Amino acid sequence: MEYFFQQLINGVTLGSIYGLIAIGYTMVYGIIGMINFAHGDIFMVGAFIALILIVALGITAATPLLLLILALVLVLVLAMALTAIWGWTVERVAYRPLRGSFRLAPLITAIGASIALQNFVQISQGARNKPLQPLISGGFSLSDSASGGAGFAVQISYMQILIIVVTVVLMAGFTLLINKTSLGRAQRACEQDRKMASLLGINVDRTISLTFVMGASLAAVAGLMFLLYYGVIDFYIGFLAGVKAFTAAVLGGIGSLPGAMLGGLLIGLIETFWSGYFSLEYKDVAAFSILAIVLIFMPEGLLGRPEVEKV
Amino acid sequence: MEREPLLKVRGVETYYGKIVALRGVDIDVHEGEIVTLIGANGAGKSTLMMTICGSPQARNGSITYLGEDITNLPTHEIMRKDIAQSPEGRRIFPRMSVMENLQMGAAVADPAHFHADLERVFTLFPRLKERQEQRGGTLSGGEQQMLAIARALMGRPRLLLLDEPSLGLAPLIVKQIFDAIAELNRTDGLTVFLVEQNAYHALKLAHRGYVMVNGTITLSGTGSELLSREEVKAAYLEGGRH
Repeated sequence: MEYFFQQLINGVTLGSIYGLIAIGYTMVYGIIGMINFAHGDIFMVGAFIALILIVALGITAATPLLLLILALVLVLVLAMALTAIWGWTVERVAYRPLRGSFRLAPLITAIGASIALQNFVQISQGARNKPLQPLISGGFSLSDSASGGAGFAVQISYMQILIIVVTVVLMAGFTLLINKTSLGRAQRACEQDRKMASLLGINVDRTISLTFVMGASLAAVAGLMFLLYYGVIDFYIGFLAGVKAFTAAVLGGIGSLPGAMLGGLLIGLIETFWSGYFSLEYKDVAAFSILAIVLIFMPEGLLGRPEVEKV
Repeated sequence: MEREPLLKVRGVETYYGKIVALRGVDIDVHEGEIVTLIGANGAGKSTLMMTICGSPQARNGSITYLGEDITNLPTHEIMRKDIAQSPEGRRIFPRMSVMENLQMGAAVADPAHFHADLERVFTLFPRLKERQEQRGGTLSGGEQQMLAIARALMGRPRLLLLDEPSLGLAPLIVKQIFDAIAELNRTDGLTVFLVEQNAYHALKLAHRGYVMVNGTITLSGTGSELLSREEVKAAYLEGGRH
């Protein structure tokens, strides 16, 4: 049982990171109906920006706790802002000129943007792994003696708590932003009928840009979390994380915000439990198989809406 | 000297790719008027409506609003000049509530007037007040039409463009909607440019009218003048539409 809880905690942590990235896929798909294949690489860029900031600010595990927290908040905010600029630029350069073109065109430039970002980081930062000494260590040990002390203690690290709390706060804030503010309303309007939105005075191009900016800043949060959690990044981490987060978005129902969050959580849990109970090598197979099975029976995903709509 | 019209359309030509949709259209809409444009399916009425809003933009000719050339402005900038459109097909946001649709209508209006404007459209269409929380996509056709007009009014327009508000609606609902338009014009002095296939009702309501055939204006005059013209009668009234 302790083993189960341990996997659950690990899975929720991983799922939080996937969920944060998946939101970017689902929102962009919702508003312009394309898969932004460069989004995984935006996450990678976010992780690199965070690493550079941490090194530049001279943050180490020896930094006093209060200062460490302040410095990490600063890193988070700066990484979000700088990564957002990358997200904005990708949209401006690779997608906007092709708006109104045939559907496959922006898909191809998306793949191009993805390769360009990877190569840019590879050349400018080097191809080798970039390690980071753990900044936040320690944690709680649960149910050590409660179960008779016979072996397994559930560990929950401060890092895991941090990741889960930051994710929950951001997702709650984000849901409010989309559902309750005029900006969120404009985004949903563009999603449902772009021409009508412009007839109501909404600047559609600007709204689309903002969607990329939001998605990229959430990906930057995921990038920082990934960096702190795993302690090592390279220019290629965006690929697999991107594919997983995209899978999460499709599993939850692409275009649906709660769907992306749920999908991310599920993919994280499936992977972790599969590696915990069966075999580590096949964890990706497990995640993609479940996606395939869900899509056979629920083509629109878990929380997606069916295509038929009375209008 | 004649006063400058609120909306002045001169020699407007619009193309969809290589296909010509408008072949040089001239129209004036003066402040405080209800002007109607009638014509058969495919004559180019809705294209003119959308061209005024810059989507698509006119290839030749000019559109002037309040003395300012708006021909080449992007749509969202035109719509911020207190012009509002209730477009063909109503285009209600289906997955937003009635209230959210109305809020979208007021998206670029001064928020200070929001509550007063909301009261005004609820007085005009009490049905919408009952359905505030309902999703737009689940409303009936008549309710959607009311919502489309109400949403346009939430932008506090000086010029309201209405594209076929009677399409597909029961006669009683059509009467309600036309009464509402007449009232807005009478009490608030709202200027209305109305595109209709329902020529009889539209010409009855309007101060002036234009007839469009195949992308050009073939006739114009006051509502009652046009109603009495033989060619209008034959083509758009008793003779049916085809």
